[in-house]
Amino acid sequence: MIDYNKVLSDTALSMKPSGIRRFFDIANTMEGVISLGVGEPDFRTPYKIRKTAIRTLERGSTRYTSNKGLDELCREIVNYSDRKYNIKYDPTSEVLVTVGGSEAIDMAVRAMVNAGDEVIIPEPSYVCYQPIVRLAGGVPVVINTRAENDFKLTASELRAAITPRTKAVILPYPSNPTGAIMEREDLIALSEVLLGTDILVISDEIYSELTFGGVGHTSPASIDSLRERTVVINGFSKAFSMTGWRLGYALAPAPIIAQMTKLHQYAIMCAPTTSQYAAVTALRDCEGEVAEMLSEYDARRRIIVDGFRSLGLECREPKGAFYAFPSIASTGMTSEEFCEKLLYSKRVALVPGTAFGESGEGFVRASYCYSLAHIKEALRRIGEFLEEIKK
Amino acid sequence: MKKRILALLTENARLNNKELAAALGADECEIAALVGEMESEGIIKGYRTVLDYEKLEEDTVSAIIELKVTPEADYGFEDVAKHISQFSEVESVYLMSGACDIIVVVKGKSFREVATFVAEQLAVMEAVTGTATQFIMRRYKEFFTPLYGEEDDGRAKVSL
Repeated sequence: MIDYNKVLSDTALSMKPSGIRRFFDIANTMEGVISLGVGEPDFRTPYKIRKTAIRTLERGSTRYTSNKGLDELCREIVNYSDRKYNIKYDPTSEVLVTVGGSEAIDMAVRAMVNAGDEVIIPEPSYVCYQPIVRLAGGVPVVINTRAENDFKLTASELRAAITPRTKAVILPYPSNPTGAIMEREDLIALSEVLLGTDILVISDEIYSELTFGGVGHTSPASIDSLRERTVVINGFSKAFSMTGWRLGYALAPAPIIAQMTKLHQYAIMCAPTTSQYAAVTALRDCEGEVAEMLSEYDARRRIIVDGFRSLGLECREPKGAFYAFPSIASTGMTSEEFCEKLLYSKRVALVPGTAFGESGEGFVRASYCYSLAHIKEALRRIGEFLEEIKK
Repeated sequence: MKKRILALLTENARLNNKELAAALGADECEIAALVGEMESEGIIKGYRTVLDYEKLEEDTVSAIIELKVTPEADYGFEDVAKHISQFSEVESVYLMSGACDIIVVVKGKSFREVATFVAEQLAVMEAVTGTATQFIMRRYKEFFTPLYGEEDDGRAKVSL
């Protein structure tokens, strides 16, 4: 009998499974659960996009594409990025189409990190950065961002985390789970810290299309001194409701993209062809659909934030992504305790803030990827729960 | 602001003024005033519920009836349409371009009831020179709302 614990990779075995798995399993199988727990849009992929995919399937366009992705798609990505975020890239040498934003992050980290290199990761944030850095032999250095700074990464926090071994800093904004965004002046402050160093930036901008209140999204790559050190990560999952299509991309200076493309070629070959064709339609023809979804998200965002505040929970205004991140500290419970009790007694699923790092303690993540009627019912039940635990 | 209120209400008429105010970042009193204004101006005609009668298992039959109308000097399309609109069986009345002149949507409990209505109330009108009745067999979408159960698209209840 093979003892797999001895045979399999130490790196793989020592990696902790996401602690939240058990809670998720319960929530996903429980009957009658009204959830605010998901990290993906409720809207279907716009019909035009699906139609394009169907057409290319019927036509039999199902071959490998070039490693870096369809030329046509690379050009559209570059046009879109310029149009939307005023960042300019060369479609032939500075774009890589990947299997979701996740692969792009993985490739960027692998292309940069040598054993022992430190990568700075602000938390609370999405869960993939630490494991990806470890897999590449790097050392994650966590910065616990603070509610009083709106969960932004500040220049002084960044400066304090930098050591001679710092290779890169990850900027996961707009933020899952906090809804925080980095505005231009915030990024300029960081750029001053990085000026004159060789520290690279991985800017995970998967929620870039989802910012509210007219602020808009600023990419670090639009700041002159940051462009040469930045890999922009983006994709189609959130803005175009295309999570299952698994399509993302990276934009970076040619020498970085060249290394990433080489790794991508060996690991992946190319991103799914059908999805790539569909993505061309997304970038070219779906501005109206995206605007409509955005205005719907905005209404929900305001209602959910107002709802939490009316229930007496402190809730900062989330300026990006599709999550509210209210504080439940006033209940005296830990985040996990709160979520578990709420699930069992009222069948409402929220995600404990600690799923996104220790600094998420005292907070819960509520997704507003749901209809207004659904959100209202969830808030009603949370209200009942808060009343009951007061007694 | 009125347009934005209407956009939300056409999607979900049950949003109250407080919720509308929150959704639009406005003051509740302002919303109440604007909604009231639109109601009294007749911009907002009413609030109705979209039902799936099939699920309700209630016997209802609807028909779309195309009318050919010959207007007369003192009794034009407008008068015909308004006259037809008075019947409680009539759901909608539209003046049309194209082959027919007026379309009437009629709802009744049975085929017989609808047929009787057409024969006894519509066909006999002097200005009406012809009718073509088409019964609705199944409804798939009404008021932008799909009536067929959307297939579960497999979205999990929780994910990161």
